[in-house]
Amino acid sequence: MSLTITPPAQNSRRPAPPTPRGMRARRTLHWIAVHSLAIALAIMFVGPLVFVALTALMTDSQALTSTLWPESWNWGNFAEVLERSPLLLWLGNTLMYAGLATVFMLLSSIPVAYALSKFRFRGRNLAFFLVISAMMLPPQVVAVPIYLLWARAELTGTLWPLIIPMLLGDAYSIFLLRQFLMTIPREYTEAARVDGCSDFTTLIRVVLPMARPAIAAVALFQFFYCWNDYYGPLLYASTEEANWTLSIGLASFRALHSVQWNLTMAATLLVIAPVLIVFFLAQRVFIEGVTLTGVKG
Amino acid sequence: MAVLSSPAPPSRRRREGLRALLWLSPWLAGIVLFFGYPLVATVYFSFHRYDLFTLEFIGLENYRYFFRDQRAHTAIGNTLWLVVFMVPAQVLFALGTAQLLTKLKRGAGFFRTVFYLPSLVPLVAGTVSFVFLMNPSSGPVNQFLAFLGIDAPDWFGDPSWSKPGLTMLALWGIGNTMVIFLAALLDVPKHLYEAAAIDGAKAWRQFRSITLPMISPVLMFSAVTGVIYALQYFTQAMVASRVAAGVTDSPGTSFVPGYPGESTLTLPQWLFHQGFRDFTMGYASVLALVLFAASLALTLLLLRQFRAFTDTER
Repeated sequence: MSLTITPPAQNSRRPAPPTPRGMRARRTLHWIAVHSLAIALAIMFVGPLVFVALTALMTDSQALTSTLWPESWNWGNFAEVLERSPLLLWLGNTLMYAGLATVFMLLSSIPVAYALSKFRFRGRNLAFFLVISAMMLPPQVVAVPIYLLWARAELTGTLWPLIIPMLLGDAYSIFLLRQFLMTIPREYTEAARVDGCSDFTTLIRVVLPMARPAIAAVALFQFFYCWNDYYGPLLYASTEEANWTLSIGLASFRALHSVQWNLTMAATLLVIAPVLIVFFLAQRVFIEGVTLTGVKG
Repeated sequence: MAVLSSPAPPSRRRREGLRALLWLSPWLAGIVLFFGYPLVATVYFSFHRYDLFTLEFIGLENYRYFFRDQRAHTAIGNTLWLVVFMVPAQVLFALGTAQLLTKLKRGAGFFRTVFYLPSLVPLVAGTVSFVFLMNPSSGPVNQFLAFLGIDAPDWFGDPSWSKPGLTMLALWGIGNTMVIFLAALLDVPKHLYEAAAIDGAKAWRQFRSITLPMISPVLMFSAVTGVIYALQYFTQAMVASRVAAGVTDSPGTSFVPGYPGESTLTLPQWLFHQGFRDFTMGYASVLALVLFAASLALTLLLLRQFRAFTDTER
């Protein structure tokens, strides 16, 4: 599962045959072509972020024009965004939603993944089938009755309808954790049992320490999912501006303040930046987690 | 079934079943409450007129209306467009970038990070950014196209260009798929390529006869999940149309999603609008069941891929 990219071992095993000059030239051309393509793609991938950042620093009047480079660096735009919109309130709501949802998800999903991967019982495959079905079910399909449940509990207008269900497990996280726990040889848990550990102590003492990378990845994914979630907060909290999250606020930002693109881009950048910072701090966790989502167990 | 051939005595298995049930019970309760019950209730509501206050049985009227509802048909057409154009474009582009990464001898790690980065950008932020980047008056994309002498469209303001605009956004964020493909490509045994090279197979032939067959399960998996996500396509379309039209998410704004025209209206958005803005919840339930049928068919397809490893016990 390691992703270190080793250069294709062309000819490295066998002694290299004497290469005629034409072949070496062709290989150099190939090298140049591949790397220029990579550079072009890199510009395409990073370009949008660069232009967002440049526009975020422009003056109001310049943002109307078609110049791409800011005449003066208006760092005050960020302060103005914070002044004109309740961005910090939205941030607080988002952090509460993402934080609680992540903690609740871990508390509820780790035991389920543990039971699904380490216990042998009839219906185990059926249970896994249920996990995948729940994971693949579009949230919109069951939205109407669930909305009505929360309306009856008088919790619509808040973010609680998105947080409380996490206490009962999250299918996607269970799936990922289960995929990882399956790779831990059963001998470890069996040995713990023979030594007299209960299921619970086996989970705490044996399984959790071995599963730390997977747990970190799943927690990060959950946190980012909530940070990015638009559909959920739109469904439940859009009627109460005091309970908006960053995604709702940002989607409404331009219309709400009828502002220029520069302030909208400054707000956008403020939403993107934390994610990128966390990514650079936890890059390994992330990329290993993504490979976990592939078909391999 | 692996269960039958297992060495454990039946009594122990039964005890383990009870313990498993104990561990699984909160989750099972969740499945009943947030999966089983709502599915049944959705079927029930679909035969009723329901606006949060009065519930009236109207038989198949909601279903009949579905066949007359032009907006629903437009939404399904748009979703099909995404399945036919956006998903294949994403898969091919992700495969291409992953393949390119395996060919790089220098800076592969750097390029991998750069290609992956945009997929981390929150969907709403990415969408708002693209509406800006591709706006006709001051957007850098159109300026670049004008520099090349191309008469650029008003992407998110033009019904015939809004979906291609959303496709660009989707291609920008293929990082996750790319990383999965990259792992699969690096797992293809090197000696296969060496053997093929000795037999005189050129690059394209190697790709077709070795790479594609070796990674086809991963490819298939990504394609099917891609289609399932296309069925749920909501956030990008909703945000792009709102930002381009200049409408907020505040309550009371009677904004019908899909701007410009109905070109970005998808089934989930129409369901959302019917159910939670117009509160015609009976009809929204019919739309939900249509969405359910489509995703169920695809999920079953996906499960066939999974069967291979659900039966293997380690």
